[in-house]
Amino acid sequence: MYKVAVYRTEHFNAAHRLHNPAFDDATNDRLFGKCNNPHFHGHNYELIVKLTGEPEKDTGYVYDLKKLSDLIRKEILQRFDHKNLNLDVPEFSELNPTAENIAMIIYGILRPLIEDHLDLQVRLYETERNFVEYPA
Amino acid sequence: MVYLTRLEHFNAAHKLYNPAWSKEKNEAVFGDCANENWHGHNFNLYVTVKGTPDEGSGFVMDAKHLSRLIKEHVIEKLDHKNLNLDVDFLSGKMCSTENLIVEIWKQLEPHIQANVTLHSLKLYETPRIYVEYFGE
Repeated sequence: MYKVAVYRTEHFNAAHRLHNPAFDDATNDRLFGKCNNPHFHGHNYELIVKLTGEPEKDTGYVYDLKKLSDLIRKEILQRFDHKNLNLDVPEFSELNPTAENIAMIIYGILRPLIEDHLDLQVRLYETERNFVEYPA
Repeated sequence: MVYLTRLEHFNAAHKLYNPAWSKEKNEAVFGDCANENWHGHNFNLYVTVKGTPDEGSGFVMDAKHLSRLIKEHVIEKLDHKNLNLDVDFLSGKMCSTENLIVEIWKQLEPHIQANVTLHSLKLYETPRIYVEYFGE
């Protein structure tokens, strides 16, 4: 059999701030610039979840995409959508909510909930022009 | 008459919350957008001016100059900001996209050169939600 990749796109919007409390204000400003605004800023995030595996004999599906959508909504969007990532999402209480870290956290939440024989990859757009993938 | 449009973008945090109302009423009217810890968006702003192309240049207006005007008078005040807390011209106003577009018009219109007219603004809060304003 051949492996096929299937994708589901979902979206959420959130406020965040890039800040490292171990550094002084000047260093934070140098590292994170406008993203360090203490009053936060925000984005419309677009999340693409990719699953790779062999289509099942009975259904022809790699994974039921409606089921994947429900899973992403329940596990990710309910935690992240219309939230302040720094203040409302416990995973970022001590972790800088960069796109890189958000993608890795999303992967960590979804990985145990998806069968082991399927490869999982997360692509996260923070803006139309900035996006990350994990695992790379 | 030719219409010239320039697209600029900014991202910002905000919340929809009327301090004159109870928390319950705010949540009933604004739902997730009332989150006291803010949320955020990538905003896209379309600015359209109209005029007759200049004989010498062929331009209605130099699009690069229009871009600079929008950046100086609008984007620099809004980008990576908290709309409720950081923006002088939104102070005391509800930070809906409708109110935002009217205030952007007031910031920009006085700086448009005499031989062209500001025709319209279109402001996308998400790829699926936008407002338009024609200065009326």
